[in-house]
Amino acid sequence: MRLRVLLSLLSATLLVLLVPPLLSSESSAGTGTNIPGLRFMVPNTPGGGYDITARTAARAAEDAGLTGSIEVFNLPGAGGTVGLSSLVSDHGNGRVAMSMGLGVVGAVHTNQTSSTLADTTPIARITQESDIVVVPADSRYQSFEELLADWQANPGSLPVGGGSSPGGPDHLAPMLMAQAAGIDPRSVNYVSYDGGGELLASVLGGQVAFGVSGVGEYRDQIEAGELRVLAVTGPERVDGVDAPTLTELGVDVEFTNWRGIVAPPGLTDAERERLINLVTELHESPEWQEALEVNGWTDAFVTGDDFGDFLAAEDERVDGILRELGL
Amino acid sequence: MDSLNSLIEGFGTALTPTHLLWAAVGVLLGTAIGVLPGIGPAMALALLLPVTYALDPTAAFIMFASIYYGGMFGGSTTSILLNTPGETAAVVAAIEGHPMARAGRGSQALAAAAIGHFTGGMIGTILLVALAPFVAELAVDIGAADYFAIMVLAFIAVTSVLGSSRIRGFASLLIGLTIGLVGLDRLTGQQRLTFGTLELADGIDVVIVAVGLFAIGEALYVALYLRRGTQEPIPVGRPWLGREDLRRTWKPWLRGPLIGFPFGAVPAGGAEIPTFLSYVTEKRLSKHKDEFGKGAIEGVAGPESTASASASGTISAMLTLGLPTTATTAVMLAAFQTYGIQPGPLLFERESSLVWALIASLFVGLVMLLALNLPLAPLWAKLLRIPRQYLYAGILFFAAVGAYAVSSQPLDLVILLVIGLVGLLMRRFGLPVLPAVLGVILGPSAELQLRRALQISDGSLSGLVNSPFAVTVYVVVGLIVLWPLLRRLLLRRERERTPVA
Repeated sequence: MRLRVLLSLLSATLLVLLVPPLLSSESSAGTGTNIPGLRFMVPNTPGGGYDITARTAARAAEDAGLTGSIEVFNLPGAGGTVGLSSLVSDHGNGRVAMSMGLGVVGAVHTNQTSSTLADTTPIARITQESDIVVVPADSRYQSFEELLADWQANPGSLPVGGGSSPGGPDHLAPMLMAQAAGIDPRSVNYVSYDGGGELLASVLGGQVAFGVSGVGEYRDQIEAGELRVLAVTGPERVDGVDAPTLTELGVDVEFTNWRGIVAPPGLTDAERERLINLVTELHESPEWQEALEVNGWTDAFVTGDDFGDFLAAEDERVDGILRELGL
Repeated sequence: MDSLNSLIEGFGTALTPTHLLWAAVGVLLGTAIGVLPGIGPAMALALLLPVTYALDPTAAFIMFASIYYGGMFGGSTTSILLNTPGETAAVVAAIEGHPMARAGRGSQALAAAAIGHFTGGMIGTILLVALAPFVAELAVDIGAADYFAIMVLAFIAVTSVLGSSRIRGFASLLIGLTIGLVGLDRLTGQQRLTFGTLELADGIDVVIVAVGLFAIGEALYVALYLRRGTQEPIPVGRPWLGREDLRRTWKPWLRGPLIGFPFGAVPAGGAEIPTFLSYVTEKRLSKHKDEFGKGAIEGVAGPESTASASASGTISAMLTLGLPTTATTAVMLAAFQTYGIQPGPLLFERESSLVWALIASLFVGLVMLLALNLPLAPLWAKLLRIPRQYLYAGILFFAAVGAYAVSSQPLDLVILLVIGLVGLLMRRFGLPVLPAVLGVILGPSAELQLRRALQISDGSLSGLVNSPFAVTVYVVVGLIVLWPLLRRLLLRRERERTPVA
């Protein structure tokens, strides 16, 4: 009896630990995009934004038969910079890539790490998401103009909530907004929350005057009429959200929280091409298009050097605002 | 009545053979994951996500929820037997559970924990059914100032576990608070006590501190001082809960959910603070105060019931608000989204059948967990028959595996050993270990909530007392602090009155 129970427990454990790798160890037909033993690093914890992007992309690539199994693994820490420095030290390894995004750009600056994104081989930007400026339904602010007038008059008395720590996307968005609207970013009263969930409660409860977060997190609350969106930060209006862009409102900022893929430095051109090819094929596959739709992600596909230029520009923008804030 | 009908329908879905099967798989996996230190339910769910895409959403979520509850059941096992908590929710179980195990009452401790989880989970889930909309309001109304008030209450409660020497107790608390300082300041982005090490920027995980101080410290201490002692393995006593045990545990089992459920449902609640508050409450209310610290069964029953009830609370916040209040529910939320389901205020309307099947399966899963874990208790307890040197070698092994699994950083093993050495020195010089662990749990959140509350009020101190909830808590704190003084005054007046009469 005892032995059987122990055995069944043991086999259950083995099931958890072994099934995912075993399932993925079957090799697929050798197409041009096949990279045997490709590993996809996620620099934050399971369930986080980069994690979901990476796992969804890996599954879509496998389902589309583009490559054999892709092992997704997590190396969290310090806003993604622990993973970044490990990737940078993996010089010349063409079989590893890292899921990343705007948050990592900020974390490099706030943590003052020696490895930066300029050290990596840029592969592609894949998605982007507009941020939104939200207030609870019972807020006295009906339009962005009203909010802005009060904010300009007394920035300190209007706490802004965001779901990321300083240097993260939800922190950068209000700072850039303030800068463009003639408010000293240093006087912005930014309250940092542990992710969009915790922020949501504070916005609904009126703890903060307004919140800044990704549009995807609150679709349901917006639809249910619990939250009112005053503005979207991206270049275009967002489907299903009745709010103008910041540029329309005369605040000259375009801000999206994007996600992309980078690879270690020192790759040969062939290795780099192979990775870009795989991502391009993935981007065109119906599996990925379906995943975009299911998750509500906006396509923002840019590859190779263009992505590299974009990275450099974003880096400069983030550096500028954080320097002004003294971070 | 409406929800009762839906619930009955939900049972109809949950009790189909396939869904029962998935619940059983989840229950088994969850227990195993809970027993293995370091691998928590959050990580397990994330690993399982790709595998479950093939399932229909109802089956997948039934399995996920069973894993979550199962992890709670399993988590206390290593805490009690090996003094090695695998999850933060199980830290408190080690305080009384492990001394019980060493006194040969391991299976009673495990049974008290299992029944505690069952009662806590059951009552928690009933509260979920009955109070879901109300809970949504509660979660929204609680702000930083209220959290800080609760933290003050928790700090006051710490004084009751400082041990016989106040100075040593406070020294230990300060060690914990210092460890809690390590990492990135969440408000300004400055690094504190990281010595430029990137891996320390996220702070030191509570599991690593608890395992280091409890398990490694103890193993080193045993290796140093008990070599010449008896080599007898730890006795394994009678396997069942006696009548006396039951009389002492039924109240803690029932009190647990009252503390655990609300904490689970609010965004910054979690399971650590309520389990600790439950422990302190049981200690205060117990008729066997002298046994606390040496293996009081109430100190296992209450916190474990609280832990599972807080899990129900988090599930309720996730379903009604789309609020992930723990890492595990964050992964479950992500899973909802990959199925194209948006959890939030409209979930109960849109996916009514899925939600009620999920809730019904929580009940089913709890019954299965009890049926699985109660008979296992005496079997697990036999682990302690292993001779001491092998047992402690095993503890060191599992502690290291657990610490490494938290974030797969080799540096964590070094930190674990250093904290283990601190634990050894603390034992050597008679410092209680528990206040240090509490310092690590309470310190960072108290600081965060205090600063957040002050930030929201733009630096004005009135921001700390501007809600009725916070004021109520402070009044309670005041009463607790002043009670000994008041009692002395009352006694004196009575004494003065007696000679007159």
